[in-house]
Amino acid sequence: MSNLTEIRWHGRGGQGAKTAALLLADVAFQTGKYVQGFPEYGPERMGAPITAYNRISDKVIRVHSNIYDPQYVVVVDESLLEAVDVTAGLKKEGAILVNTQRTKEEIVPHLKGYEGEVYIIDAHKVSMATMGKYFPNTPMLAAIVKVAGIMEEETFLREMKASFSHKFAGKPEVIEGNMAALKMSFQEVQ
Amino acid sequence: MAKRDRLSGNEAVAIALRQINPDVFPAFPITPSTEIPQYFASFVANGQVDTEFIPVESEHSSMSAAIGASAAGARSLTATSSCGLAYMWEELYIAASNRLPLALALVNRALSGPININCDHSDSMGSRDSGWIQIYAENNQEAYDNMVQAYRISEHKDVRLPIMICQDGFITSHAVENMELLEDEDVRNFVGEYEPENYLLNPECPMAVGPYSITDYYMEAKRNQAEGMKHVSRVVLEVAKEFANVSGRDYGLFEEYCMEDAEYAVVMIGSAAGTTKDAIDALRAKGEKVGLLKIRLYRPFPAEEIAKALSHVKAVAVMDRAEGYTNHGGPLGADVMAALFRARSQALAVNYIYGLGGRDVRVEDMEHVFAALKQIAKDGDAGETYRYLGIRE
Amino acid sequence: MATDIRKLGVKAGWKDLTEGMIIAGAGTSREFNTGEWSTDKPEFIEDKCKQCLLCVPVCPDSCIPVADYKRGAFDYEHCKGCGICVKSCPFGAITMEGVE
Repeated sequence: MSNLTEIRWHGRGGQGAKTAALLLADVAFQTGKYVQGFPEYGPERMGAPITAYNRISDKVIRVHSNIYDPQYVVVVDESLLEAVDVTAGLKKEGAILVNTQRTKEEIVPHLKGYEGEVYIIDAHKVSMATMGKYFPNTPMLAAIVKVAGIMEEETFLREMKASFSHKFAGKPEVIEGNMAALKMSFQEVQ
Repeated sequence: MAKRDRLSGNEAVAIALRQINPDVFPAFPITPSTEIPQYFASFVANGQVDTEFIPVESEHSSMSAAIGASAAGARSLTATSSCGLAYMWEELYIAASNRLPLALALVNRALSGPININCDHSDSMGSRDSGWIQIYAENNQEAYDNMVQAYRISEHKDVRLPIMICQDGFITSHAVENMELLEDEDVRNFVGEYEPENYLLNPECPMAVGPYSITDYYMEAKRNQAEGMKHVSRVVLEVAKEFANVSGRDYGLFEEYCMEDAEYAVVMIGSAAGTTKDAIDALRAKGEKVGLLKIRLYRPFPAEEIAKALSHVKAVAVMDRAEGYTNHGGPLGADVMAALFRARSQALAVNYIYGLGGRDVRVEDMEHVFAALKQIAKDGDAGETYRYLGIRE
Repeated sequence: MATDIRKLGVKAGWKDLTEGMIIAGAGTSREFNTGEWSTDKPEFIEDKCKQCLLCVPVCPDSCIPVADYKRGAFDYEHCKGCGICVKSCPFGAITMEGVE
């Protein structure tokens, strides 16, 4: 992993892309990194396209602008492939991760000629199987940690468990489902 | 021992307030400052503070209640943004003219219209003449540190003026960043107990607050108020020195970044200063003598010190994240240019309006500003001094 | 510490004013001779007075002293000449120019 990793999230209001970005900042922080996690607010309503960002670095991060040339892009909602220029500025040494039920071959033509690596995961399948409800952000978080090589699976799962235990102290059943989703996503991303 | 953490700017300020444990916190929500009273309300509910938290029906009321509480002898504060601050207008002047030490956690946001929830400094800039002390932050760490230092400045016997602790809406308020928190006990000891000399709830010596002043007295009253402001710079530096002993972090009236031998300088306030530092590092690597003067204390304005720090530059760009509609630039531009004029500076100065309504500021934008300064120095002419950065023509 | 309002005359310089113009301490209005404000003063005609004391509580400046259940002479140093006492007296024991 190079010194500075920049990630851009594309989602729709209500899908938890901002929360996922903040969780990623959280978990990277636990491994001793300098982090930023921040949303870009447009119209605040369910379903509107939203963007969130992560910077992860070994050095203090001072810049406060949005990210225009990310190494990684996460698309939480594949309908955004048509609505938003998700690959804008995306480095070709980087990668794009798309939540889809389609195959990689079916997705590539929608990426405006992006030449870098393409990864897909069916977050719907993972989410329904582990949590019984559609929360795409948990699978996408695990998938990008794997794709970007932010940390080892074991470390990630350990830190996330601690984080969930704190956040959902009163709802242990939620923790179990989320942890299962994270584990399954590490296998499912391709 | 300091505690390493990662927090949003709003969380950081809320935690500083928990550690301070003020007496009274009246609040009314407005984006993007809402989270501060929201986090704080949970501290109240959890019994982590014994603050009287008052949900009121407007910002007019939240500031009024904070003023009343302060006059009564309590350590009080409120939080707001944008139109919320505008709705406090009348009370801002009352707090300052009654010499009431109280704090306002301001999360900077554009004023309408068009309606916009994102960052610029038009809200606090509009209140710059209200008699409040204004201190700004570049990042979450500074927002936290400034909040911890606020009451020491505001309540100082030579000052006794209200203080606005400002940070950039969303850019720092909603961004999670690394930072260091002080131990609760260290903050408590640093801030200390509030012991007002005169206060309403003193049965030994009741008092009248806010009396009517006829023409015979009004001007003397205002001059008397101005005297408090004259002591602020000294007190800010004294408090910063003590804070450095506790935290290891140094603060001044402003920060100079690569200014020692700088020929081209940018003067700015807030989060974009961090972005400018990255631009400076990139340009310095190419041998360009560029620097940054980041304002921390904006009211009172340390004009002489700023002029001195800029005395050797060839060209300077003053960056305003607010319009002034003067046809010649924004408020910071006016202040800095007046300071330069009085110091008989030979620097060529221009004033940029930038970042309005949350318009993003990139490293490249600031590199562009430095390139323009270099050209200005080469031409020996500042050209148009009232400019817009990153505007679509 | 209570404010010494005698120092706050119209010739007071800005340094002599209190911070925030606060007035600390109770009963400071005693030191403030509002009697200067009036052009006309009420007159007390003791012979007509039945000592009903109705005039005492209506005076906005507490200018009618009472001792042993009997009112005394007006405190003209604080009386602003509002004339309310004239109106309150059922026996015509208080008169003032311009007040019926």
